[in-house]
Amino acid sequence: MAKIQLKNVSKAYGNNKKVIEDMNLDIQDGSFTVLVGPSGCGKSTTLRIIAGLEDVSAGEIWIGDQLVNDVAPGKRGISMVFQNYALYPTMSVRGNIEFGLENMKIPKAERKKMVEEIAEIVDLTEYLDKKPQNLSGGQRQRVALARAMVKKPDVFIFDEPLSNLDAKLRGQMRTELIQLHKRLGTTFIYVTHDQVEAMSMGDEIVILDKGHIMQQAAPMEVYHNPANQFVANFIGTPSMNILSKSMVEEKTGTITDERISYVGFRPEHAAMQVEKLAASGINLSCEIITMETLGSETLYLVNSDAGQFQVKSFQAPLVETKKVDITIPMDKLYYFDTQGNRVFVEDIPFQTPAREVRGEVLV
Amino acid sequence: MRSAKWRPYFFVAPAIIVFLVFFIQPIFYMIYLSFHDWNFISPDKTFVGLGNFKDLLSDPMFLEVIRNTLMYTFFTVLFSISLALLMSIWLNKQGWMYSFVQGAVFSPHIISLVSIAMLWMWIMDADYGLLNWVLSLVGLEKVPWLTDPNTALSSLIIIAVWKNIGYFTLIIIAGLQSIPKHLYEAAALDRTPPWRRFAKITFPMLSPSLFFLTIIGILDSIKVFETISIITKGGPLNSTNTLVYYIYENGFIFFKIGYASAAGVILLVILSILTLLYFKVLSKRVHYQ
Repeated sequence: MAKIQLKNVSKAYGNNKKVIEDMNLDIQDGSFTVLVGPSGCGKSTTLRIIAGLEDVSAGEIWIGDQLVNDVAPGKRGISMVFQNYALYPTMSVRGNIEFGLENMKIPKAERKKMVEEIAEIVDLTEYLDKKPQNLSGGQRQRVALARAMVKKPDVFIFDEPLSNLDAKLRGQMRTELIQLHKRLGTTFIYVTHDQVEAMSMGDEIVILDKGHIMQQAAPMEVYHNPANQFVANFIGTPSMNILSKSMVEEKTGTITDERISYVGFRPEHAAMQVEKLAASGINLSCEIITMETLGSETLYLVNSDAGQFQVKSFQAPLVETKKVDITIPMDKLYYFDTQGNRVFVEDIPFQTPAREVRGEVLV
Repeated sequence: MRSAKWRPYFFVAPAIIVFLVFFIQPIFYMIYLSFHDWNFISPDKTFVGLGNFKDLLSDPMFLEVIRNTLMYTFFTVLFSISLALLMSIWLNKQGWMYSFVQGAVFSPHIISLVSIAMLWMWIMDADYGLLNWVLSLVGLEKVPWLTDPNTALSSLIIIAVWKNIGYFTLIIIAGLQSIPKHLYEAAALDRTPPWRRFAKITFPMLSPSLFFLTIIGILDSIKVFETISIITKGGPLNSTNTLVYYIYENGFIFFKIGYASAAGVILLVILSILTLLYFKVLSKRVHYQ
């Protein structure tokens, strides 16, 4: 087991094309850390740098208390599960699992025992002598997992391991991986572009954009307390609604805090007229443009004089209605500055606070 | 509905007829001729049964021809593939120099065999040849490349390898480049030493390419004709006489058509056995994705 530290790490390809810039990252020993971000954000590169598959242009990588910049990938105590599994196609399942052990010069009898134990755990015993191409996607995934586990590494690394599986299997593997992490207690680093995976699996989420860490925190912290507009947009489906200052001011009066340029709120926090209304909030009369019914919830895209935004409601869908009044509670508002960074305020920063609402239908 | 039954046969008939007349018929005609004595001109073909085969198998010259052919084939394929493998591992990199060398090595493949034969006759000429001139520069004795029975077959093998290597290299490089990079990354994380990485990953993943090259290499070498016909005419002292040249010599120089046909039947049998062997034995050990 080991903690991992990146200190001022930069990575550039070719002519100054910087993929990662001056990154500082601490991954706690035994944590399940998920690196998440849109494609091209540098999450896979970060992972490959930790594994030693890519060199860094500058900076230091520490695993445990060892500086590993010049340590070969196989000697870093890391096992990796690849997106496309990277199983050796010419070897049987047993051969695949055993390959790393043979390289470590573990005696044959012991190897056999280890392989059979692992096969038992991942439920592959009857497939040990099959070739990977005769297995289903889920089974291949388990072979890759077994191959990683059998080496008893200090750190497990996963590079979008579930993206080649169908939705149902993905859900199942997600649970299995969480259980595996609980049982092994080893450090897990997991890369995904899927925020649902990130939120549901990680005990720590690192959100990346364009080679920079946007926020590193626990999943619910990231959701409730985004550090900036990027995180607010990236986490949560649908993403946070962002309205510009001037549009909001028309409804609420001047915003007193000069740092604020944008006001955001989550679609699920906006209350529609039929629901129990929040104590105080911004009231908007809106027109429903589209409606998506998802069973337990309904998504509306609405148009108001403060702009277009989305509302998520858990009430029965409003099939006939075209016009609705929507209240956005004051205490659920997020404020951002011109750079998109979060502005934290003590009090509600409006000159004339919005009209008090007392459970009555608003005009 | 009777017409519908015949329709498919009607449509494939042209292809079948061409195939029967130009591919199957000559084979059967050759087998027919191999049981006869015929001089190509006379209207009489004397039936001699297995006489031609008896003569062939008891002819020390024919046995030498078979030996020459097998030696030529074995060493040509062996050296072509192993040198091409080394070459491709060296050339499988980015950079203009590597592309240039790749192109240069490939160029013999597009030259006609006749030109190649003429070129090498000059290079290997005992008195005025390039090779012996180079040898004399470093103070070595002249080698009678093509005129000594001990070296002539080896010289022809060198020419064949020189011609094959570019094409073989190209195929192997294509094979190397189709090996997924992530396999090597997985191997790196599995702490695989370089030699084992080659033996356990690169080589097995290359096996389809190597298998293909072995097949075409053997078929090509067994049927070698042009270089021998132009450079050595089977000599000196029968030392470079191979099966196809021997068939040509007996058929079209000595007009022993029945005898040549019998040798042709033996070539057919050898090629058929080899083809069966490839697909029965080798294909089991070859990995296709």
